[in-house]
Amino acid sequence: MAIVLSRSKPAPHRAAAADSYRIRDVMPRWAWWVVCSLVAALFLFPLAMLVLTVLKSPAEANASPPAYLPHGISWGNFGRLGAAGSGVLHYIGNTALVSAGTTVGTVIVSTLAGYGFARFRFPGRSALFAVILATLMVPFQALLTPLYMVMQFLHLQNSLLGLTLVYVTFQLPLSVFLMRNSFAQIPTELEDAAAIDGCGSFAALRRVMLAVVRPGLVTVALFAFFASWNEFLAALVLLSDDSRYTLPVFLTTLVTGKLGAIEWGVLEAGVLVTMVPCVVIFLLLQRYYVKGLIAGAVH
Amino acid sequence: MTLALRTSTRSRRRGVVGFLYTLPALVLVTVFFLVPLALLIWMSLHRWPLLGKPIWVGLANYLAIGGDGTFGQSLLFTAVYTVIITPILFLLGFGLAMLVKEQRRGAGVFRTVYFMPYVIGFASSAYLWLWLIDPSVGPIDKLLTDLGITGQPFGWTDTPTGALFAVIMSVVWKVVGFTMLLLMSGMQSVPGDVQEAAKVDGAGRFASLWHVMLPLLRRNIALVLVFSVVGSMLAFEQFYILTAGGPGNRTLTIVYWIYNSSFANFQLGYGAAMSVVLLVMLMLISGVQLYLLRDRSE
Repeated sequence: MAIVLSRSKPAPHRAAAADSYRIRDVMPRWAWWVVCSLVAALFLFPLAMLVLTVLKSPAEANASPPAYLPHGISWGNFGRLGAAGSGVLHYIGNTALVSAGTTVGTVIVSTLAGYGFARFRFPGRSALFAVILATLMVPFQALLTPLYMVMQFLHLQNSLLGLTLVYVTFQLPLSVFLMRNSFAQIPTELEDAAAIDGCGSFAALRRVMLAVVRPGLVTVALFAFFASWNEFLAALVLLSDDSRYTLPVFLTTLVTGKLGAIEWGVLEAGVLVTMVPCVVIFLLLQRYYVKGLIAGAVH
Repeated sequence: MTLALRTSTRSRRRGVVGFLYTLPALVLVTVFFLVPLALLIWMSLHRWPLLGKPIWVGLANYLAIGGDGTFGQSLLFTAVYTVIITPILFLLGFGLAMLVKEQRRGAGVFRTVYFMPYVIGFASSAYLWLWLIDPSVGPIDKLLTDLGITGQPFGWTDTPTGALFAVIMSVVWKVVGFTMLLLMSGMQSVPGDVQEAAKVDGAGRFASLWHVMLPLLRRNIALVLVFSVVGSMLAFEQFYILTAGGPGNRTLTIVYWIYNSSFANFQLGYGAAMSVVLLVMLMLISGVQLYLLRDRSE
C-alpha cells in the first residue's frame, strides 16, 4: 500500500494495474490536462483569494463588493491580528506548545507501548492492546462532558497540559497500532545481536531499534501534530481563559470581536496563519503522511 | 531443574518489563478514556448541574430524549446531512481517483492539489468558507454575479437549504481529497491481469467497472463510507462556525445539541444521556456497514 501523492515512480507490478480503465484510453492528453486544471482551479480558488485578500489593507478587505486583486500590498491585517486579544504570537505559542507536547508525548508513549506489545509476552497482552484500540470506536466528541469533570477533579481544566494529555490519549490507538507493526517487522536477530553486545531491552530500543522504526515514528509524529494543531471542540470546551486559547479557538474571538462587526481581513489573516504550518509540513513530508494515512485506514 | 526455574523467572521478569513499557499508554487510556466512559454512563443517570449536587434520576434523562423535539430535529437533520454528503463525497472522490490514479506527467501535482485542503483544520476551513460565502464581502457571490450565474448575492445562510448547501461545499472541498486517496490506493492495487481477463472475456468498459473493479474495491469503498457516515454523524465545527445551527435551529446537528445542552444550558446529565445514545447509534451504524460490505472472498 505504498502510494505517495507525487514523485512516485511506477512500481513494475503496479504499472500494469487498472489497465482496462486507463484514463488515457478514454480521454486525449490535452482534454485530461484541461479537466484536471479546471478542477485544480476550483480547489485553489479559495486559497488564492484568501492570500490576495489578506494582503489588502484592512479597509479594502472589508469593502463590499470585494475586488479580486489588492491595490497594493499591505501588512495592516497582520498588524491588527498581532494586536488582537493577547496578540497572535501568544496564541501561536500556546498552539505550538500543545502541538509539540502532543507530538513528543505521543511519540514516546506509543514507541514504548508498541515495543512492549510487539516484543514481549505477558498475561493480558492482547486484552490490553484491544482496550487501547477500543479508543478508536468511541469518538471523543461523545466523551467531552465527563472529560470536563475529570479535568476538574485533576485540577487540569483550563490548562494546556490537560489538553495535551487528552490529545495524546486520543492519538494512542492509531499510533500504538502503527508502532507495534513497525517493531513487529524487525527481525529478532537484530535484538539478539544487541543483547549479546550487552544491551538491556531499553538500550536495545534506544540504540538499535529506534533507527529502524524511524519512518513509523515520523508518521506518528505528523498525525499527532496535525490533530493537535487543528483540534477545535475539545479546546473550546476545556479551555475557558482567553489567554490559554489555541489558534482555532482564538479565531472564534475574532468573529465575536469587541468592535461589533467582523473585521474580515483580520479573521482571514488568522486563518492563513493557522493553516500555513500544516500546508508547509504536508508539502515537505507528504510521503510519510500519505503512507501512514493509508496504513492507518486499511488495517 | 535450576535452569528451567531460572528461565521461567527470566521470562516472567521479561513479561513484567514488557508490561512496564505499555504502562504509560495504559495509564493515559484509563484516566482520559475509560474513566470518562464510565463517568459518562454514571452522569447520564443523574440530573447533573454544572454547580451543585448531582441528583440520581435513573433513566429519566433517557426518557426525556423521546420528548425532546430539538433532539429529534437535530437527529433528523444530521441524518439528512449524512445521506446527502456521503454519495457526493464517494462519487466525486471516485471520479478524482479515476482521473489521477495513473502515473503520468502532472498527475502527482494534481493529486497534491486535490488532497491539500485535507490537512487544513476543520475550524480554519470553516472560517475560510464563512468569508467566502459572505454576501457582501465574499468572493463566491462576487464571482457568481460577475459570471452572470446569479443576479444578486445569494445570502447562503439565510435559508436552511442555502446554509446546508454552503456547508456541503466547504466539507467537500476539505475532505474529498481523502476519499480520492483511499479509493485510488485500492484502484492501484487491483491486479492488472484480472482486468485483462475481463477484457478478453468481452466485458465492456462499464461492465468490467461494475463487475470487476467495484467488487475488488469493496474494502476501500467500505472504509470511505464508514469514515464519511461517522464523520457526518459527528459534524460540529462546520455548523457551529458557518451557520451557528441556524436559521432557527434548522441546521443543528446532534453533537451541536449535546454541546448546547451541556455547556450552554448546563444540563450535563442530559448531555451525557444523549452522548450514550449517539455512541450506541454510531456503533450500530458502523457494525451494519462493515457487515454489508464485508469481504466475502475471505
